[in-house]
Amino acid sequence: MSAKLDTTGPTGLSELDRPNSYIGRSVPRPNLTRLTQGRGQYVSDVVLPRMGHVAFVRSPHAHARIVSIETAAAKAAPGVIAVVTGRELAGVCTPWIGVLTHLKGLKSAPQHPIAIEKASWQGEAVAAVVAQTRAQAEDAAELVAVDYEELPVVTDMETALDPGTPVIHPELGDNLAWERLHVAGDPDAAFASADHVIEATFGFGRHTGVTLEPRAVVADYNAGDGRLTVYQATQAPHMIQNILAKHLDLPESQVRVLCKDVGGSFGIKVHVYADEVATAALSKLLRRPVKFVADRIESFVTDIHARDHRVKGRIGVMNDGTITAFEIDDLTGIGPYSMYPRTSAIEANQVVNFTGGQYTCPNYRALARVVFQNKNVTCQYRAVGHPIACSVTEGLVDLAARRIGMDPVEIRRKNVIPDDAYPCQSSAGMKFERLSHQAALEKLLDMMDLEALRADQAEARRRGIHRGIGIASFIEVTNPSAAFYGVGGARISSQDGVTVRMDAQGSIHVASSVTEQGQGAEAVTAQVVATAFGVPIERVRVVTGDTDNTPYGGGTWASRAAGIGGEAAWQAGKVLRGNVLSVAGAILQAQAENLDIRDGLVVDAETGRERMPLDEVARIAYFRPDTLPPGVQPEFVATRHYVPKRYPFAFTNGIQGSYVEVDAETGFIKLLKHWCVEDCGTILNPQLVDEQVRGGIVQGLGPALYEHCLYDEHGQLLNGNMADYLVPMAFEMPDIEVGHVSTPTGESELGAKGAGEAGTAGAAAAVMNAVNDALAPFGVVLTSIPMTPERVLRALGRV
Amino acid sequence: MKAPAFDYLAPTSLAGALAALAEHGEAAKLIAGGQSLVPALNLRLLAPGILIDLNGIGELKGVSVQNGHLRLGAMTRHVELERSPVIRQHAPLLAEAIRHVAHPAVRTRGTIGGNLCHADPASELPACMVALGAWFTLAGPDGERRVPANAFFKGVYETDLGPDEILTAIEVPQAGTNRRHAFLELARRSGDYALVGISCTAEMDGDIMARLRPVFFAAGPHPMVADHAASVLNGRKPTAALVQAAAAALADDLSPEGDLQISAHTRIHLARVIFRRAVARLVPEAGLDGPQEVAA
Ligand SMILES: Cc1cc2nc3c(=O)[nH]c(=O)nc-3n(C[C@H](O)[C@H](O)[C@H](O)COP(=O)(O)OP(=O)(O)OC[C@H]3O[C@@H](n4cnc5c(N)ncnc54)[C@H](O)[C@@H]3O)c2cc1C
Repeated sequence: MSAKLDTTGPTGLSELDRPNSYIGRSVPRPNLTRLTQGRGQYVSDVVLPRMGHVAFVRSPHAHARIVSIETAAAKAAPGVIAVVTGRELAGVCTPWIGVLTHLKGLKSAPQHPIAIEKASWQGEAVAAVVAQTRAQAEDAAELVAVDYEELPVVTDMETALDPGTPVIHPELGDNLAWERLHVAGDPDAAFASADHVIEATFGFGRHTGVTLEPRAVVADYNAGDGRLTVYQATQAPHMIQNILAKHLDLPESQVRVLCKDVGGSFGIKVHVYADEVATAALSKLLRRPVKFVADRIESFVTDIHARDHRVKGRIGVMNDGTITAFEIDDLTGIGPYSMYPRTSAIEANQVVNFTGGQYTCPNYRALARVVFQNKNVTCQYRAVGHPIACSVTEGLVDLAARRIGMDPVEIRRKNVIPDDAYPCQSSAGMKFERLSHQAALEKLLDMMDLEALRADQAEARRRGIHRGIGIASFIEVTNPSAAFYGVGGARISSQDGVTVRMDAQGSIHVASSVTEQGQGAEAVTAQVVATAFGVPIERVRVVTGDTDNTPYGGGTWASRAAGIGGEAAWQAGKVLRGNVLSVAGAILQAQAENLDIRDGLVVDAETGRERMPLDEVARIAYFRPDTLPPGVQPEFVATRHYVPKRYPFAFTNGIQGSYVEVDAETGFIKLLKHWCVEDCGTILNPQLVDEQVRGGIVQGLGPALYEHCLYDEHGQLLNGNMADYLVPMAFEMPDIEVGHVSTPTGESELGAKGAGEAGTAGAAAAVMNAVNDALAPFGVVLTSIPMTPERVLRALGRV
Repeated sequence: MKAPAFDYLAPTSLAGALAALAEHGEAAKLIAGGQSLVPALNLRLLAPGILIDLNGIGELKGVSVQNGHLRLGAMTRHVELERSPVIRQHAPLLAEAIRHVAHPAVRTRGTIGGNLCHADPASELPACMVALGAWFTLAGPDGERRVPANAFFKGVYETDLGPDEILTAIEVPQAGTNRRHAFLELARRSGDYALVGISCTAEMDGDIMARLRPVFFAAGPHPMVADHAASVLNGRKPTAALVQAAAAALADDLSPEGDLQISAHTRIHLARVIFRRAVARLVPEAGLDGPQEVAA
């Protein structure tokens, strides 16, 4: 199968607009055929000689002292290789603490790969059973008898800090993991002088990522060469390499992490999970390969959860619509440990950083408190903090507009940072290079045809049908520098590297440190290299996810693969072109500057006339170097690294619109249509960007209406399965229209910013505003997601 | 999520299956489409010693019309209910309801016998069978017996089926030409079990309602026949006020439980809403389908 190229031309590019450019074209991803033919290689496909399968015995209690563990019966069960407790595993693996120094005061307790003294959430592993098959391991796991002494459970974040509440880790003194207060301008004066001050409390349910492929790892410790090879579905292979080396007492060079095909990650697979480290430690202990593939039930209680925030918000507004101040009080529960190594305080930090960031309003006070509780750990999931900051900001702005009788569009027109005001800084101190709120808003209104929608809404309302329109503008953080983690002491690389090499037939081998999670990073890398170097994309082969064979780098997270990895690929491709042309110049007795590589041929730069094919250059360089002039040494390999330096992050922006219908009798909400305009700078591949935005929106709409990890007061997850945890399916999702404004970043030549989280950032806010618009005739406002039928009916006073 | 080990037997006749069931007793579990059973095995909620597979038994298959009655073999797949012209003609209610049961992949494997024997209180087909006055044929060591649908369902996942019995067929009596039906459910997502649903049949004598039989699912431990509500409307000309009164009477007919999605109280509210909508659909000529309440 050879996929056809989209022939829509490049989107107004300058120096990128090389002949035969692939930039701005919807090039199909190179791994498409392999994956659609079922020839992908996921971790669960990896089978090694002597490989054991691990099943974990997991605590059924949210908080319990481990009194004793009886393993004899399990050890005697068919197929069992070993039964290992936390205490035994501690002999080969040191514990960790998930803190970062730039989050001042953040504290957490030491966490072991397998719990030793006590289990702190339902689902924490307390013993491991390794057997010939996973089924045998599960059979034997049922025979491990653990004697627990139940401890008081902390579940409610509202009371986690009360003096009467037990402290989960007594050595930490209290249940407060982290606290941040940020004040800008003079919020007190601004509230005092505002014509109106509006308050609301927003609730964000806990939810999780539900990757199609669960977390999976095969660890193979070869005692013969003292080397650990780990096949893992991860977003950050070098980070995993560093951490496994550190805690298993190996040099980094003796740990190789391979990440082949990955079935979705969304942030779920960028963390260091205790059970995955335990698998590597078991391999070292048992000196044989061990495989762990999480099943769906353990995924729900161990994959990181996210959100779970309660935000009290206030906005001050003048009668003319000027917003004078924002204030938030954010409280979030993160489970019993701050996750390693990125920590579980980042989401609250981003809520503080992004709230009100769309607007010129200079007065801002934000308090964030992060508390421990006996539930599964939370950490960074797609659009970390964004949907919270966006829903609070945009919910408050709509409430303010309603109070003063202003159109929601008008109040935004009046208050967003104007497109000509950049560079500038938000009240939270975020530095914006250049955003396009005004252009995005006008484009969205065009796409929505707001007047027609309002006419339809009015007509439906006469028939007793309640439809509503909501909009929500957002900012999105992408292309992070070391400001995210590196400055806090984490050995998480913020730079990425790409090596390109020409082979003897003139094809290009690319090794990149960014990783392919199913999002198309390899496609974008191939496009960029093909364009920079000058070959048809079919002649570019991209390898990712192998710490032995790619440059060192961060991987895929925080919407960075295209913006950072792409730029490294661009620069490496250009260097290789120069290297090849200098050899071609020597062969042709021409000036290299007067030559170019286009479509796989060395040509005259001026006329485009063919001078020689690439494979001829390669043939001479590799097989007949004796014929080259003295002093000419071909270097047909080049590596470049890239990290943004002028700005800590490349902020992007966008705006979403939602049209909904609320059945006031049943409380059911139907999503009629959704729109998003986003600005990711240079669009390298329109199809991939659009699908990132659509997928992101779906992961924002799910929590708005359906997804919610429900815990009872004993810390038991009540709906940890695919029947009860409601992931939206195609039928529930509206048609989603995506539009773009393009404001390239001046930091890189490509000008690409990230696009992976834009959809998730604003989807729930747009829907919440639309639902409240639909319910406006009832005088009812919903501020908690998910907006379930029960919640809608309660708000309406129907039940 | 791996099932504990079990033995497996695939008899090719009903007699063979019954013999195996008699031999293994409580240790045995019948498997039909496996769509409810296999998840329960993988979750280790069940650990049968042996599975007796019904898929190879010809006697349990087939859809036919006999003496005017529709006969459905227990191994009839959901997808056949959806597609069979015979079913659409003789029991259009089933053809309509089945599209609300799960998703296409599940409907391809799932059987109506398995669905009815599983007896999930939120399941659509049991309520439909009660509304249609169906009869179930159960085969056991001592031969066959016939049980009316409303006597078959006893409670949550509980039926009249003995541990040594197999459901072989379902008979749906012929409907009068005057028969109307309505089916409605509220589910969070397409294919989910309903928060609450209604399956009802009725006849009209002129503009007088007769033999209204509203059967609710997810509104009690088994299909719930709303006799009180029906009695308000039967023998009368349906008006908005009467329908409202009938809906009010549902409190006496239903005994829902609360669950993760919805409280018991809200279930009753929703049952009333769909009851009113179902009656409006049954008698479109009565013009009951007025606008939703408009806010003050
Ligand atoms: C994702 C999903 C969504 C679903 N949604 C719905 C829904 O919305 N509504 C709904 O009604 N159902 C739903 N189901 C269940 C589905 O309809 C099942 O197919 C059905 O409930 C069981 O049928 P089965 O043939 O698969 O039975 P099995 O799973 O094979 O068996 C179910 C039970 O019935 C017993 N049994 C089977 N056949 C016989 C027989 N002939 N005699 C005696 N005992 C027998 C078995 O021993 C077992 O205890 C859903 C299932 C899934 C996986």
